Order: sequence, then structure tokens, then C-alpha cells
Amino acid sequence: MTVALFVEQLMNGVQFGVTLFLMSAGLTLVFGIMNMINLTHGTIYMAGAFVAATVAHATGSFLLGLVSGVSGAALLGLGLEAVILRRFYARSHLDQVLVTFGLILVFSDLFRMIWGPVALSMPMPQALSGFVAIFPGVDYPVYRLVILLAGLAVAVALYFLVSHSRAGMWVRAGSSDRQTAQALGVNVRLLFGGVFAVGSAFAGLAGVMAAPLTAVQIGMGDPVLILALVVTVVGGVGSIRGAFLAALMIGIIDTFGRVLLPAALGSMLIFILMAVILALRPRGLFVVHG
Amino acid sequence: MDNAIASSNLGIENAANFRRLWPVCALLLLLALVPVISTLIGAPFLIRVFTRVITFAIAAVALNLVVGFGGLISMLHAGLFGIGAYVVGILAQHDFNNELLFHFLPGTSDLAIALPAAFIITMLASAIFGIISLRTSGAYFIMITLAFNQMLYYFFVSLQKYGGDDGLQVLSATTIAGFDSTSRIPFYYICLAILTFTLLFVSRLVESRFGLVLRASSQNERRVIAIGISPLRYKLVAFMISGAIAGLAGGLWTNGQQFVSPADMSWIRSGDFVLMAVLGGTSFVAGPVVGAAAFLLIEFTFALWTTYWQLPFGLLIVFVVVALKHGLVGAGRDALAKLRWKQHG
Repeated sequence: MTVALFVEQLMNGVQFGVTLFLMSAGLTLVFGIMNMINLTHGTIYMAGAFVAATVAHATGSFLLGLVSGVSGAALLGLGLEAVILRRFYARSHLDQVLVTFGLILVFSDLFRMIWGPVALSMPMPQALSGFVAIFPGVDYPVYRLVILLAGLAVAVALYFLVSHSRAGMWVRAGSSDRQTAQALGVNVRLLFGGVFAVGSAFAGLAGVMAAPLTAVQIGMGDPVLILALVVTVVGGVGSIRGAFLAALMIGIIDTFGRVLLPAALGSMLIFILMAVILALRPRGLFVVHG
Repeated sequence: MDNAIASSNLGIENAANFRRLWPVCALLLLLALVPVISTLIGAPFLIRVFTRVITFAIAAVALNLVVGFGGLISMLHAGLFGIGAYVVGILAQHDFNNELLFHFLPGTSDLAIALPAAFIITMLASAIFGIISLRTSGAYFIMITLAFNQMLYYFFVSLQKYGGDDGLQVLSATTIAGFDSTSRIPFYYICLAILTFTLLFVSRLVESRFGLVLRASSQNERRVIAIGISPLRYKLVAFMISGAIAGLAGGLWTNGQQFVSPADMSWIRSGDFVLMAVLGGTSFVAGPVVGAAAFLLIEFTFALWTTYWQLPFGLLIVFVVVALKHGLVGAGRDALAKLRWKQHG
């Protein structure tokens, strides 16, 4: 492997990791705070991509697509929380899995009704479709670089929001001990709704950013959802820092595994990694709950 | 005198057993009549549909051993089902091409060898996945088994030698102990016999000391540990048995379809299995049989009406989770009890 190829794959890995982090952030917070397994997170990712692709096609503006995709995803998440998921916080994990599983079926058919069975494509913005030399001999697609930087920026912003703001303090309090936080006067219902909306917006953003690189189709969220679950578990449920490190690690290792190893082993690598980490640390890298 | 009491006690016990067992016997009898009915009304596709029902029912009953009685929500069972399915498919392919597996093992198209092989290999795989997954519990367990399921899925997708994404067609004529196993009706009864045996075995297991520890540790693990039993071993063995039976069902599936593909082991299928168990009622050994039948028949009828069958189906799932606490079997039992109570009072 030449240095140039190494750098390029490293960038791809980081970019993938950043996308995974955007997906996992919502998942880990929702699970950490509400103790809720939410499989519809993949649907919300998909919703972001579908709405963005449609709006971008209709208006010709990538930016409008981005904004509507992210806000559409946030609204969908908020709506789901308020109408259905809220009633399942206190139920067993089995019920949560089944209900969100049922909702996945419902939404994939709704999407098929609205958009038809054929995959959409999202046009890449003209300004970002070129290449840029990031290293002697490495011409990297501008769009991927922008995704990487945008994802990192969002991650940093989220970090500051969670660890240095009042709302973030509530979130952390809720994440480590929900009942005590409630007793100390945190408006938990509002907090839950807010976390759900922000998590959904991030998932939608991940979907929008991935849209120009992949086919926008039913089921596109499934593989990302599974990887985000792996990230959540490896990073430690409820830990933003853990999710960020795990996402980067998994993104990079997955990318290199696919390049360097035979296909059968490369596609299993991150799951083997997860198994090893959990065998050593069953509660993930960063334990939030006491 | 003592004898009289004992025999009357026995009578009560028998009556209780009868009350508990007659629905299961009726269900199995109904399933046994399916080929007869389908021949009489000239609908041979019914045998195909119900072979699917029985194959999935075996997997769901197996899964329910860990879900309903062990409190372990495994999303790995489609993967284990798939391992069994691929064992049968791969052995048949090597037999067809007359080529050695790993350069020393001949393939086989005889289910009398392939099914036990599927059973044992899946049991070993379940042991490995179980040892790692059982280090965690609760929601972590769900997520880890889900991730392992996808790992198996991607593994078989990337196995180009055995069809990869496109799946693996069984080209050789499969037999069972020398007899043709591709004809529909005999194969149907083989599947039904395996389902019956599975039900008997699981119900005996659940009632045994082993089952008692398993059920106890699903309810209060600390107390089980406190009385000096290590629940991990029990959970692991239950997981291995459950996985092995699911693998056996997978082997039957390959023979029934003459085809296996990674789509048979996607995480959606794992969710389907859990759903079948819950739909029927996880606290009943035979509940998942009812669940599998209801699931596949609902899917079948919805799909006849509309291409968008997943939409009403998904809503139905939400309804079942919200409204039916003990599944269809529980709802049926409650309805019967109410009826009986009305008759007497």
C-alpha cells in the first residue's frame, strides 16, 4: 500500500466514521436517557435523504435540499416520539424492538407509496463536485472532504452543547440518572422530546450527506442503523465521547478491512472487533451509568 | 384409601394436562390434515405454504426457548437458521459437483447426514456467539445479537463460491436415508414430525430442573446466583439448543425451497422470528406455532390484496404489542375462560 493510497483510505475511513457518529449520537442519547431501543433511527436517516433528494430536484438547490431534509427528519422524529414512542419508554425492550420494527415496515411502505420503488438520486452540488489535492499525489473529491469537515464541526458543536451548556447538563444528568434528574426539577418530557428531535436531525443530516454518494432507496438506512448500533454498544451507551471514538475507529477499520482483507473477512472485521471489545469490556469503552 | 386419593389426584392432574394439551394436539392434527385438504380441494400450493409455516414454526419455537423462558431476546436466530440452511446447501453443491469440501470432506445430498450436520455446526456456532453475547444482558444483548446476525449475513453475501448475494441453488436431487425427499407430501410430514418432536422436547425441557433454573434466572438472576447456581451455563446451553434447532429448521428450509440466499438470514427475518414468538405468546411452548401460522397466513393474504402489505402488517404488529399481552394463545385462553365462567355462572 502506497502512502498516497493510505492517506486516501484514511480520509475515506474518517469520513465514514463521521457519518456513523451523526447516526449514533441520537441513538446513544435516546438509549442512554430514555432507555429506549429505537430501530426507527434508520428510517429517519432514510427520510432525510428522500426529502432532500426530492427538494433538491424540484428547486435545483442543494442547500434547500439539505435544510428541508434535516428539518423533515427532525419533525418525523419529533412526531414519532410524541405520538407513539413516548408510550414505550417504560415498556420492556422486547416491546420497544417490536414496535419500532413494526414502524419500520409501515414507513418503508409509506415511502414506497410516495416515491415509488425506483431509487432516487441526489445531484451533487456543482461547486463541490471537483477534486482537491490534499497530499502530494492524492486528489480527493471535494464533496467527501466537505462531509468530513462538516461532520467534524457538528461533532465538536455537539460536544460543547452536551458538556458545556445548561441543556447539555440536563442531558448528561438524565443520561446517568434519570430519576434523580427528574427529582431535581429537570423537565424530562421536554428534554426527551428535544433529544429525540436533535438526534433525528443528526440522523437526517447523515442521510442527506450520504445521498449524493449512494442510491436513495428503501432500506438504505438498515446497514447504517446496524453499524450505528455497533458504535453505540462499543462506545458505551449514553456516551457522546465514546460514540465519537468508536465511530471513527469503526469507520477507519471497516474501510481498511475492505481494502486489505479478503471480502468475507473484511466484511466481518468490525463485528469481530466489537466481539473482542465487548469480551473485554461488556459495557463498552466509556461507561456512563453508575 | 391412599390409592384412591392418589388415583383421584392423578385424575385431576390428567384432566389439567388434558386441558393444557388438547389445543396443541388439535393444532398438530389440523396441520397433519393440510395435505389431505389441499389434495381434496385441489390447491397443491397450500402444502408449500404450510411447509413454510412449519419450518418457521420450528425456528420460532426454538427461539422462544431463550426469549420466552430465558428472557434473552436474540436477534441472531435468522443468522443461525441461515447457517443450517447453508450447511445443507453447500453439502448438496459439493455432492453435485463431486468436489471435496476443504479438500477432504465429500458433499452429500442425503438429509439424513446433512440435517444432523446442520444441527451440530449451528450448535457450535451458537456456542461461540453465545459465550460472547451472554457476557452482556438486556438491551446490550439485543444489539449484539443483531450485530452478529448482520456479520453472518455479510459473510454469506461475500462468499462468491456459494453464490454470494444471488444465493445458492440446490441442483442435486436430495434424499433422506436414500428415499426421495423432494416430493412435497412426504417432506411435509417429515417437517411436521420434527416440529412435533421439537415441541415435546422443549416442553419437557422447560418443565425440567434445567428449565426451572433458566426461567428463574430470567426473572431474578441475583437470587439464582445467591442460592449457588451459576446461570450463565444454563443460559449458554439453552442458547446452544435453541440455535441448533433453528439451524435444523434452516436445513429443512433449504430442502423445501431448493434454494438458499443471504436474504433468508437478514436481520428483518430475525425480527420476524421474534415477532412470531410474541404474536403466538411467549409464555406457551406451542405459542410460536400459532404465531408463525398467523404471521405467514396474514402476510400471504395481505400480499394477495396489495403490494403494500407491509403497511397494514406493521400496524398490526404495533397493535399486537400494545393490546395482546400474552399473544394470540393467551387471548384465546382468556376468551375460553370467560366463556366457561359465563356458562357456569
